[in-house]
Amino acid sequence: MDYNFVLSQTDKRPMYQQIMEQIKQRIAVGDWPPNTLLPSIRELATEIKVSIITVKRAYRELERDGVITTQQGKGSWVSQSQDLNKLQDEKLKQHLEQAGKLAKSLGIPEDELLDMIKKYT
Amino acid sequence: MNTPLAVECKGITKQYPHFQMKIVDLSFEQGTVMGLVGPNGAGKSTILRMIVGLVVPDSGSVSVLGYFMPGEQIAAKRNIGFVSEDMRLYESETIAFHMDFIKSIFDSWDDEYAKTLLRRFDLTKEQKIKGMSHGQRVKATLLLALARRPKLLVFDEPTTGLDPAARKEVLDEMMNAMQDETRSILFSSHNTLDVEQISDYITFIYDGQIIESRDKEEFLDGWRRLRLTNMQNHQLPDLTNIREVQQSGKLYSVTVNNYNDSIRQQFTKSGLFVDTIERLTLEEIFLSNVKYAKQETA
Repeated sequence: MDYNFVLSQTDKRPMYQQIMEQIKQRIAVGDWPPNTLLPSIRELATEIKVSIITVKRAYRELERDGVITTQQGKGSWVSQSQDLNKLQDEKLKQHLEQAGKLAKSLGIPEDELLDMIKKYT
Repeated sequence: MNTPLAVECKGITKQYPHFQMKIVDLSFEQGTVMGLVGPNGAGKSTILRMIVGLVVPDSGSVSVLGYFMPGEQIAAKRNIGFVSEDMRLYESETIAFHMDFIKSIFDSWDDEYAKTLLRRFDLTKEQKIKGMSHGQRVKATLLLALARRPKLLVFDEPTTGLDPAARKEVLDEMMNAMQDETRSILFSSHNTLDVEQISDYITFIYDGQIIESRDKEEFLDGWRRLRLTNMQNHQLPDLTNIREVQQSGKLYSVTVNNYNDSIRQQFTKSGLFVDTIERLTLEEIFLSNVKYAKQETA
């Protein structure tokens, strides 16, 4: 099966976080509804050509966040009670975090940044 | 029954007239990828050669897939596929000749897989070695090792000198081999990106010694760079974790290993303001490790 995970080389985040995000996106847009069986760790790793330990870590952190449920020796599933809003909230938070960092490095004061965001709401 | 480790080296040493391999302990389990990194002349090839039974260590023990080297090397070598840069193919013969040759020695040869590899590597069976590019030669030798389906693949600098497309083909095929959970790969590379991408474990070698050897996620997580502002010219805390300090006026950039949250507090307590904490790429860790090791040995 082809999962077409596309990882970015210019993305500063570690690879396991990029994998987590790609999985969360698939869940958020409904491509992977609750109870969907995820590819095995080895299967996904060999398909996207990333070390097994990296995918393992992504799955472990997703399990900790309650996004997926893992049964030892059986596999991992998309969790039943998937709070889509929560996932989208998280996405928004990530964007805001990026914006905040960028504004800081450009020396843009807080109120100016707020005005800029208002333009888009 | 416990599955034996893919490789287990205990206290191996080797003395050459101009080079000394100090005590090396190295092990990893089957089903995983181990990447060796280190500068030229650090001893990466020597370690690989001791593991595949081409060099006998002066002391210590090596076992591969549960077989002790060199005593049980005949059994071990059936299960090892070794590829290094200095491997020579017969110039006037074709790839097909070499495939038949290897097939006649190893009954594990997989014809179908060999065909698939020819296609994926863009190689023609009938082509003579003489006219082949460096990339084609590397891919041909990798094919000869892979199509035997050995349990342990040992590759010395498999991606050196390859263009980005060939490099990707080689890395892809290494990862494809890992679909089998009993297969393992041990490889060395100067290209830290390759090692960072596919390794489960990373071993850092410098001057005949292992500086660090651990799980890649821990390895990358352990290293951080703190950017600090030191307005009142305070003394930096005396931490054994500090690997490198760069200063420009009131601005400091401090690289630490084995990072944890208490380190940040130590800097804050010492009166420094922590601007940001960054992760490092394997390349940056590599350079920092080399610089620190040089200072230590100087």
